[in-house]
Amino acid sequence: MIDVLIVGGGGAGLRAAIAVAEADPELSVAVVSKVYPMRSHTVSAEGGAAGVIAAGDSLDEHCYDTVSGGDWLCDQDAVEAFVAEAPRELIQLEHWGCPWSREADGRVAVRPFGGMKRERTWYAADKTGFHLLHTLFQTTMKYGEIRRYDEWYVTKLIVDDGRVHGVVAVEIRTGHIETIAARTVILATGGCGRVFPFTTNAAIKTGDGMALAYRAGAPLKDMEFIQYHPTGLPFTGILITEAARAEGGWLINKDGYRYLQDYDLGKPTEKPKLRSMELGPRDRLSQAFVHEQRRGRTVETPYGPVVYLDLRHLGERKIDARIPFVRELCRSYQNLDPATDLIPVRPVVHYVMGGVHTDLDGATPIAGLYAAGETACVSINGANRLGSNSLPEILVFGRRAGTAAAAFAQAHRQAEPPAVHAQGEDERRRLERAREGNHGGDRIADLRERMQHTLEGAAGIYRTGAELAKAVDTLAELRERADGARMDDTSATFNTELINLQELHTMLDVAQTIAACALNRRESRGAHQRTDYEARDDREFLAHSLVYRAPDGAPSVGLLPVTITRWPPGERVYGRD
Amino acid sequence: MTEPDAVSGVDGAAKQAGRGANEEGEGTIRRVTEPDAVSGVDGAAKQAGRGANEEGEGTIRRVTEAKHHEVRQTTTRTITLEVTRYRPGQDSAPVLESFDVPLMDDWAVLDGLNYIKDQLDGTLSFRWSCRMGICGSCGMNVNGEPRLTCGTFFTEFGDGPIRIEPLKGFPIIRDLVVEVDDFLDKLRHVKPWLIREGEELPLTTEHAQTPAQLEAYKQYSMCINCMLCYSACPVYVLDPDFLGPAAIALAQRYELDSRDMGDRFDMLNLDEAVWGCTFVGECTKVCPKHVDPAEAIQRYKVTAAMRSILPWSRR
Repeated sequence: MIDVLIVGGGGAGLRAAIAVAEADPELSVAVVSKVYPMRSHTVSAEGGAAGVIAAGDSLDEHCYDTVSGGDWLCDQDAVEAFVAEAPRELIQLEHWGCPWSREADGRVAVRPFGGMKRERTWYAADKTGFHLLHTLFQTTMKYGEIRRYDEWYVTKLIVDDGRVHGVVAVEIRTGHIETIAARTVILATGGCGRVFPFTTNAAIKTGDGMALAYRAGAPLKDMEFIQYHPTGLPFTGILITEAARAEGGWLINKDGYRYLQDYDLGKPTEKPKLRSMELGPRDRLSQAFVHEQRRGRTVETPYGPVVYLDLRHLGERKIDARIPFVRELCRSYQNLDPATDLIPVRPVVHYVMGGVHTDLDGATPIAGLYAAGETACVSINGANRLGSNSLPEILVFGRRAGTAAAAFAQAHRQAEPPAVHAQGEDERRRLERAREGNHGGDRIADLRERMQHTLEGAAGIYRTGAELAKAVDTLAELRERADGARMDDTSATFNTELINLQELHTMLDVAQTIAACALNRRESRGAHQRTDYEARDDREFLAHSLVYRAPDGAPSVGLLPVTITRWPPGERVYGRD
Repeated sequence: MTEPDAVSGVDGAAKQAGRGANEEGEGTIRRVTEPDAVSGVDGAAKQAGRGANEEGEGTIRRVTEAKHHEVRQTTTRTITLEVTRYRPGQDSAPVLESFDVPLMDDWAVLDGLNYIKDQLDGTLSFRWSCRMGICGSCGMNVNGEPRLTCGTFFTEFGDGPIRIEPLKGFPIIRDLVVEVDDFLDKLRHVKPWLIREGEELPLTTEHAQTPAQLEAYKQYSMCINCMLCYSACPVYVLDPDFLGPAAIALAQRYELDSRDMGDRFDMLNLDEAVWGCTFVGECTKVCPKHVDPAEAIQRYKVTAAMRSILPWSRR
């Protein structure tokens, strides 16, 4: 019996694993991941990690930026804990060897970032997530007690009598199906960007942990809040980091005009100004793009309308020193050089603010079940996450979940109930049946594409009730069709089609919660903009959406009040002060 | 001798054989003209089909048309991808299978593979994830060269065909998927973490490190563990015990870090470690992240030699 079983080997999962090992070396801890940990999507994070360290900055200012950036939907007790612990976690990473970029005197350097009033974003050039992940992964190798299940895919949480008892997982290489009993489980599988057709997210980001918790009876929270990052490369959806704007990049329309000045984001200045123009929050910038498009001021390309990110005035030296990965990506994947060419960009699905409902220790309503990182919703991100808050989030709440799970495992030493075996056998039979193949039905890829376009059409940057209601129905129908989807691969060895089919099911579950929550929220707030309810409605909706899976499989949405401590709801002001 | 062949079974004996010389060569190519032969047949017929072709007909199985598919852009041009197929327990040896996919200017080889998986044959197995050259999953041999398939574009290959095989030098698990656990064991062996002695600084204080000190190890920290350097390394392909380019580069990443107090001499100063390298430099040539493992190895040879002459000089 494993004491702490972690699903997912990205930043949150690995940070949790180390926290468990450090809490008590006698505890057994396992990291079960569908990819080798260093392949996890944390690796793609570019710009940086926010943590108050610079002279003149304060925890309160980081709190206020986060709360106002999240349009007052953040739980402020969670934000306060997060902001207070972020610097310590970033220093911990430094102590583990993370190659943070430095000032001339050897101190860690910080840069500006969108929606942040002070320079507080730590960075490792523009490969911050990559360095953070590899530092964590290599550091876990120091701890013999951290056992890895690399390339194992978890298909089910075993829950009995309101408590988690382990998981069922497939070893992808051999097809071996195993019930892994565990005293506690931490879900750290990242987000679900792949439910949309155009996303910065890696192929593995299919919302597995969210669906596992949801099916097991835990609620998901605030799933309607989907972040569109304003600067993705057309076609690939590859992210061009916000750091490009923090270093002085401009967004211009087809006339070369810095159009953000028309959308209450301030006036253009030569040098970047904090909380203004290009350094506004992501939701507002992506919304401005849609208006530019409607005014006919974007540029048509085979992959949709674009505006341009202009970095030319930064010069080659600054680009190479501060954002070398931007140049590398543009050269390799867009065949242009940002030192001399404009970069075509358009808004792209990047992050989900919602996730598994947890408390400040990552605990879900199911005893022994925890969640951390993008999988979870504590919530510190509210209706719109600020850039560079997600990396410290995985560290702060990965550590908190690991520590809390370790304590739970120490306090609950009893053996597994018989239900574990029975549930494991049921799941094994289900998977074996799936692996027998099915030559009728829709292709997995076709269903996936339909789901993605349904969500993009109804739950994009601007939404209406009518379209969302239609999407709820379409997704329910797709879910039924997915049960009969075609499966040609009957091999036990590295059967990726079997995994893709499971991922289709998890994505459809998650997609349904997104549409249902968005339909229920009859207001506009942060990244959720309803053209039929254009104003924020604090009287009715200063509250989280909580969505449960009803017995018939349909999502059932309720509300939970937001925790306000010191920052009463106010107006979001950018560029006006 | 002939080029070492990547293809081999997963059991120990086949692994050894696979690391040696090429056994079958072109004899394992197969051609199939009916789409249904790929996507519609049951497992048994497929298995029989593979068996028949092992005799070496010199044909390539060919798939030309998708039954259900919508491409966002239309193109009449296609390009042929010749892809390694291998399922242990069903195929006695890897074979090539040929697929025609749309020839799109913007497509990478990985887009072509995903087109096959999504529209032509759902049984094709390969790894990929970030499709932006940072996760290190999608390394394969493309026309004989180890490459990241997400960053290798059709435009490089004219009218094709493009041959896509698993990375050489590793046992094949299935199709384009190879076993890389050996690298992770080696990585762990070099202690890829910051080794400190004495009391730790409190979590309110960072270690000072100047930009120049950062620069001293930075490029070695850029390794994405994609395994292209191992695949290109003529020493590793013949001697699986060789510690290899990425593991040595990552050992150097910590050895050269001003914050590290460890000593990796005993694990690097070995015939299976830096002294095994014959300095062919292929590792550096194929690295998609411009890490220079060959330099890391040569630099440590100098360090190790100094240590032998002047044993008290630790770094």
